Amino acid sequence: MSQDTGTLRDWLLSETPTSRRQARWAAAYKGWLTLRANHMAMAGLAIIVLLVALALFAPWIAPHDPFVQDLGNRLQPLGSEGHILGTDSLGRDILSRLIWGARITLYIVALVALIAPIAGLLVGTVSGYAGGWVDVILMRITDIFLAFPRLVLALAFVAALGAGIENAVLAISLTAWPPYARMARAETLTIRSSDYISAIRLQGAGPLRIIVKHIWPLCISSLIVRVTLDMAGIILAAAGLGFLGLGAQPPSPEWGAMISEGRRFILDHWWVATMPGLAIFTVSLAFNLLGDGLRDVLDPKDSPQ
Amino acid sequence: MSTSNAFVKRQPRLPLPPWLRGLVVTLLSISVTMLGLLFVTFVIGRVMPIDPVLAVVGERATEDQYNAVFLELGLDKPLIVQFFYYVWDVVRGDFGTSLLTARPVADDIARVFPATFELATIGILFGCLLGVPLGVIAAVRRGSWIDQIARVVALVGYSMPIFWLGLMGLLLFYGILGWVGGPGRQGIFYEDMIPSVTGMILLDSAIAGDWGAFWDAFSHIVLPASILGYYSLAYISRMTRSFMLEQLSAEYVTTARVKGMSEWAVIWRHAFRNIRVQLITVIALSYANLLEGSVLTEIIFSWPGIGSYITTALLSADMNAVLGGTVVVGLVFICLNVFSDLLYKIFDPRSK
Repeated sequence: MSQDTGTLRDWLLSETPTSRRQARWAAAYKGWLTLRANHMAMAGLAIIVLLVALALFAPWIAPHDPFVQDLGNRLQPLGSEGHILGTDSLGRDILSRLIWGARITLYIVALVALIAPIAGLLVGTVSGYAGGWVDVILMRITDIFLAFPRLVLALAFVAALGAGIENAVLAISLTAWPPYARMARAETLTIRSSDYISAIRLQGAGPLRIIVKHIWPLCISSLIVRVTLDMAGIILAAAGLGFLGLGAQPPSPEWGAMISEGRRFILDHWWVATMPGLAIFTVSLAFNLLGDGLRDVLDPKDSPQ
Repeated sequence: MSTSNAFVKRQPRLPLPPWLRGLVVTLLSISVTMLGLLFVTFVIGRVMPIDPVLAVVGERATEDQYNAVFLELGLDKPLIVQFFYYVWDVVRGDFGTSLLTARPVADDIARVFPATFELATIGILFGCLLGVPLGVIAAVRRGSWIDQIARVVALVGYSMPIFWLGLMGLLLFYGILGWVGGPGRQGIFYEDMIPSVTGMILLDSAIAGDWGAFWDAFSHIVLPASILGYYSLAYISRMTRSFMLEQLSAEYVTTARVKGMSEWAVIWRHAFRNIRVQLITVIALSYANLLEGSVLTEIIFSWPGIGSYITTALLSADMNAVLGGTVVVGLVFICLNVFSDLLYKIFDPRSK
């Protein structure tokens, strides 16, 4: 027993965990150690942490109000006085708008990353566990949603629901859940026939209990990896909708909408569209790097060697 | 359509030869998916906040006119009946009339589709011709600088917003360097000069023998197509690499090497030959994904294809055109998926 003399680290790295809690924390800690050795993933994590901080403290960090127009100061270039990243066509400070825009990006990503995997998990596990006609019907529905190109389907949904952030979130979630359902179903199929599930069933556990308490926990880790890798796609989709004028509406400082505004001056005032694009690129790159790292930790069998 | 396997097993065996049974099952599965696709667009059309009758008769119509059109559109019938009307219309190729162009949506789509097809095809050529060799080399020289480059290319491709990359490309290669033509498919001098045969300007100008127009069209397509193709390059090179790694670690490769076979022959005649089938599937899938990327690319480059058509229609609430475009894109998507499945079956001897 290392608890008496050892540090927290010893307790975590103990070869003989004495409680389930210790084993669980030890596994998490070992995963963290692996992740920490991956510099790219750590860089991604750092960018994301920075982004969250920017979003949280936007009112204190942003040098200007993102909405206040100053027509005397329109289209100021990079590095001009008081506006490091210049100003847009209405004289608004681009840096401040980017910082406030981080809130919108995170809001969309967080909502979609909650809705889509949960919906997919529900459909996939029910379908995989129930089998038979339920499986055929649910998977057919999943196939139908997979049969659409995602952006086009999202476009059609937004067209029907009306433009706006909430509808963009809904549209992206509606197009994002099928891969999760497929994945959860595949996992469920392998888990369903394992001995310990039969053992629980013999003890009298009902399907609900088996799915919620014994199948879901095992699907979570691959789901997390998939969500992190999907985040970049979600950001790109949201930016695409914003760019088309179907997501966040002006004067909201959504990054995609900012590119769309700057597009008109691309040849003369390139920075107006370039800066928000760089922001989108950096953030989705960060999510991709972190996702790759997490996959190596949580789901080594899927990683490309 | 990987679930079709589960579907097949439960069916009682039909007294048909296996290939015919396979065909029947495939056709059934396609038609169910297509019906579902139409159902989704039908529902979207119903929940939208635009009154389809008002869209036809206008704001100033009398109540009688309104009711007449209401009946004519079949809106008094139950929803399920309306759905079957809708399916029947689509099967006949009738997507209704576009509010914006006042022409049948089907005609509009037939007019704009070749532009997208041309763009996506050049894009996928670009993606394959660069992506496959890049992936193979990255796998063979694993860990080398070229592998690192392949990794960066893929990462950037997965992380960069395509419309922004398009804008930056336009800024650099058109605005600053002046190497390529600007937005649109042709320079103004060549506009409407080429008789339209296929609707694809590169082909049409080659048919007409007008090489000036050909090079003009080429200078316009090269940038959007390579930007679109870059995304398939990212995907194709990544997949090629991982397929190749799998083959190269197999025992037959070691055997071939031990026999003293040249490295070139080991890679291309043995390992690569075995990944062709998987590659075809990947390429067909990324071709389908190009359709999606083309929506945003077309807008940046003012390319008059189906993506521009759908978004223009969207912004003016022209729902017939939006839904028609969505259905067509969905159908093409499904067909490409089925096509890649079929190719897989034809080329992979194990699946016979």
